[in-house]
Amino acid sequence: MGLSGSGKSTLLRMINGLIRPSSGAVLVQEKSLLQLSARELQQLRRSSMAMVFQSFALLPNRTVLDNAAFGLEVAGIPRRERDARARRALERVGLGDQLQRWPQQLSGGMQQRVGLARALALDPPILLMDEAFSALDPLIRTDMQTLLLELQAEQRRTIVFISHDLDEAIRLGDRIALMKDGQLLQCGTAQELLQHPANDQVRQFFQDVDAAAVLPVELIAEAAPQSETLNYLVDEQRRFRGLNTAEGAWIPAAEVPHLLAGTLIREAIDRVAGNPFPTPVLDEHHHLIGVISPRRLLHSLGEGCPC
Amino acid sequence: MLIPLAVVNQAGPLGLAVDAVVEWLLVHGQGFFSLIQMVVEALATLFEQVLSWPPAWLFALVVALIGWRRVNGGFSLFALLGLNLVLALGLWQPMIATLALVLAAALLALVIGLPLGILSARSPMVWTLVRPGLDLMQTMPAFVYLIPAVMLFSTGAVPSIIATLIFAMPPVVRLTHLGITQVPGDLIEAAHSFGCSERQMLWLVQLPNALPTVMTGVNQTIMLALSMVVIASMIGGGGLGDVVLRGIQQLDVGLGFEGGIAVVILAVILDRLTQGLSNSPQRKRA
Repeated sequence: MGLSGSGKSTLLRMINGLIRPSSGAVLVQEKSLLQLSARELQQLRRSSMAMVFQSFALLPNRTVLDNAAFGLEVAGIPRRERDARARRALERVGLGDQLQRWPQQLSGGMQQRVGLARALALDPPILLMDEAFSALDPLIRTDMQTLLLELQAEQRRTIVFISHDLDEAIRLGDRIALMKDGQLLQCGTAQELLQHPANDQVRQFFQDVDAAAVLPVELIAEAAPQSETLNYLVDEQRRFRGLNTAEGAWIPAAEVPHLLAGTLIREAIDRVAGNPFPTPVLDEHHHLIGVISPRRLLHSLGEGCPC
Repeated sequence: MLIPLAVVNQAGPLGLAVDAVVEWLLVHGQGFFSLIQMVVEALATLFEQVLSWPPAWLFALVVALIGWRRVNGGFSLFALLGLNLVLALGLWQPMIATLALVLAAALLALVIGLPLGILSARSPMVWTLVRPGLDLMQTMPAFVYLIPAVMLFSTGAVPSIIATLIFAMPPVVRLTHLGITQVPGDLIEAAHSFGCSERQMLWLVQLPNALPTVMTGVNQTIMLALSMVVIASMIGGGGLGDVVLRGIQQLDVGLGFEGGIAVVILAVILDRLTQGLSNSPQRKRA
């Protein structure tokens, strides 16, 4: 992610060899791109990586189906098979009923779904997305982001996604590489970049970010209260067993709505607001990390960065 | 002080040099030129025979039918009435001869021009070489071609076709070049990113996207070829040009007009038909 002119699209094009780096090396699947012959590079592009473009770059003389099958046709897959695979890809992105239409007849969002299907039809381990959703309306953009997250949940791929929108980068990215003027400023998770910015420029980028959408609840958890009226019980391994409420009722752990440590603060709001007592925060082994009261949550939202 | 390069009515050193080149070609290229002569002659005869084969009513009907399917009803009616008029003027056979000459010249122009245009689009070097050649071919007064054409191929249909071919070829080269270089950069980039070879790039991306522009070039080439036929009649090209030429020589306005109107009818039919055929129905829908 970076502002325009920061060199992010150039970097992306170096990964599939559309632009040759003037120095340094690009390693794809442990092989250096610079050492591949033109033919080997062609083969790598056909089999291992597909690109989605900001401008969609659909061929206006081909139907939606033939556009989606383009990469397969280039790779020499016979007609019957490539049509079947392109059709499956189009069905996956929700265009199963538009096969015989022309790209010019579709809205921007639908055109980019075709662009995505064209890449997915190849079933590549690497997906390169060059500001793929930047040209779309905000609502459509959110839809497409959701679709991409769904696809990634179904089948893990390496996706290099270029964006100039930090919210998009935070929503989609496992790791964010921040670029400026052709330099890599910092690379890490959104949380790392927010909490430990490498320099002022990174800090500046993140100053307007909604921290509650980046940071996990474990950062704002408080020690569990151990009073007469409210008691969080743990066993000898600190595993959460249940709690005694003010009314003296015993609620076993299974019936206490809790939060997992990695949950984002923003996504915890409903649950915290719905509990009459501070909500316990547990790690994956059900160890009690702490609790979050509605008051604590509101404080953290007001402070900006609560850490 | 200026040294005159040429005296009026007589070629100067530049003209004499061209003279010498043509002379040299005449002596040393005899075999080559007679081969060309044979091929072009055969082509011209073939076209004329095929086009003369159907009776006038069938010919007009077929044109009207294709026009109805590919252009529109109005054009279809025009074609029917126009061809009827040509028949009524007694100019059917000259019109067929002209059509054969135009189609033969245009076909040869396309056979040479399309690959040349593709080559020019793919190599800037070729384009730098081809471009001044096209300028020369287009701007040199058309009559000038007649002289070497006659010297190399004597008179008749062959030199007319050669002269017409030279005059009519530039648009198809230019517009093929234009069409291919105007294919949007992001399409080229996308094709590269999917691993297109150079051949696939040409056949799957560049040519299909350049097609409307290329077809405009084809249309222009055919129209230019038609505009050349009157000039070509001076060296025995025959056909409608002959009729117009006779009108000029005899100062017969009526005769000239009859030949002229037949040329116009033929031109409109050729123009609309080639445009109609280049717009495939699926493109129109899109």
